Amino acid sequence: MAQLVLDRLALHFTGGEIEETGSQHGNEWARIHRKSWVRVCTFLRDDPVTDMKMFIDLTCVDRFSREPRFDVVLHVYSVARKHRVRLYAGVALEDPTLDTLVSVWPGANWFEREAFDLYGVRFTGHPDLRRILMYPEFVGHPLRKDYPKEKRQPLVRRTPGSVD
Amino acid sequence: MAAPSSTETETAGPRRVVLGVQEALDLDAPDLPSEPMPLNMGPSHPAMHGTVRMVLEVEGEKITTADVQIGYLHRCFEKESEHATWTQIFPYTDRLNYVSPMLNNVGYAMAVEKLLGIDRRIPERAQFIRVLIGEISRITDHMTCLGAGAMELGAFTPFLYLLKAREWLYELLEELSGARLTHSYVRIGGLTHDLTDDFVPRLRDIINRMRGVLVDCDKLLTRNRIFRDRMDGIGIISKEDAMAWGLTGPVGRSTGLAYDVRKDHPYLVYDRFDFDVPVGSVGDNFDRYAVRLEEIQQSMRILEQAMDKLPAGPFTLDDPRIALPPKSETYNSIEAMIAHFKIIMDGIHVPAGEVYSFTEGGNGELGFYIVSDGTGRPWKCRVRPPCVPAVAILGKVLPGLFIADIVPTFGMMNMIGGECDR
Repeated sequence: MAQLVLDRLALHFTGGEIEETGSQHGNEWARIHRKSWVRVCTFLRDDPVTDMKMFIDLTCVDRFSREPRFDVVLHVYSVARKHRVRLYAGVALEDPTLDTLVSVWPGANWFEREAFDLYGVRFTGHPDLRRILMYPEFVGHPLRKDYPKEKRQPLVRRTPGSVD
Repeated sequence: MAAPSSTETETAGPRRVVLGVQEALDLDAPDLPSEPMPLNMGPSHPAMHGTVRMVLEVEGEKITTADVQIGYLHRCFEKESEHATWTQIFPYTDRLNYVSPMLNNVGYAMAVEKLLGIDRRIPERAQFIRVLIGEISRITDHMTCLGAGAMELGAFTPFLYLLKAREWLYELLEELSGARLTHSYVRIGGLTHDLTDDFVPRLRDIINRMRGVLVDCDKLLTRNRIFRDRMDGIGIISKEDAMAWGLTGPVGRSTGLAYDVRKDHPYLVYDRFDFDVPVGSVGDNFDRYAVRLEEIQQSMRILEQAMDKLPAGPFTLDDPRIALPPKSETYNSIEAMIAHFKIIMDGIHVPAGEVYSFTEGGNGELGFYIVSDGTGRPWKCRVRPPCVPAVAILGKVLPGLFIADIVPTFGMMNMIGGECDR
């Protein structure tokens, strides 16, 4: 069903913006070059054939041993045409930045804040890039694979010399 | 309003009303100049369900900016899931949307089944039971939202009526699963056990009694002047905004966006039932109330059809690599004990891959985006929480409203802390 969307992308973007496409378990996906992220998304939203007016989800995956290490994962949907697509954008650990999608779908705002909070991906141009689930004093990004699950950062500090 | 005082006729000029004995309000007076004032609501506030904080800036009673802050109930669902085997995640999903745990159970199980490639092999009876328990959960979800929403506006009776009816359903699910709220009843490949013998007759009886409760609540609220005054035209969201912000479920449908996963992408056996998807026309708080009230009726329709058509057969997939052995065997034979241990501690071996599976949760599209690396534990287990967009849009909806409007607007968004903060 959503193969149509991938065909449309392949037809419209021929300059290497679409790095790879595929389909698994009924989910069609495309890997987008980081520099073309906003351009491809705007096209998907405005093109009458794809008509991706509905923002569904944005998150991040830590691939850990692979380069680039992070994938920002976006799901968008067309209510009128009932198809959806998943987009990836690879983000490297050394330069974890990606352009924000808030101007394309305002709903991306909190989801990008969450991806920043938990994975440390910075969304350039985001109007309000604060932590959302963790507290402001928190150090690090807890969903990265190298953040130990047992690590604790209590907000209430123990007084020096006291017995824990 | 109090009756006009006798002084009104004597003094010409501004209209005056008497509150109690003191002359108080001059209705025609221009707004007094006021300075912007920061105001904190929550995180611990009776109207802020769960825990959420709103940092408001108000001018008089009017809100100019609203900064909604979530995260107070963050329980590291994803991090914990990455360290748990596939079966061990079910108790965590119970605690996402804790007023409709069965829907989360079903949503998660279906995502893993898709990764395993067994989603078409789930026994029919298990699928029907999943519909039954899912719709019961949807009703409890909507009843909680409507009841609490009404209570916060001063209507305590419908709250008690609706929670009484909700308790009937909870008791039924408790009898079925052993727990009142945290059921963990669904398993990958099917269910933990079959329905109890008197489940269907009891559910029929409850539905009959529930109809009466809903009529009462409808009469108490739908044409109630006080209720309508605080709901009508407050917190209007347009259909375009609903799409761009990702609003689904009753909140999305209240804006006229006719998107229901059960109808548009039927899963389980939803395509075999006859039901309607109610949509609103204005997108205000009253529409959100009305959509939920009607959805309860539609869910009851589905329940009755599912009970009529409920087929006999196994309740779980017959595959020892995936389905847990029956408890009676687990406790009485060494083979079943080892199989149980392997599935729980070692984990089902789910092939490497990625899937986004979505179902209609109590609040909208409940998505599970799962990445598997082929081991017994997920590499990533992401929930697409349907109430996050609904809470996020409050920052846009609230400015321009009065402080008192926060309560019904926030109530009808139905933020569930467990799901919002994960």
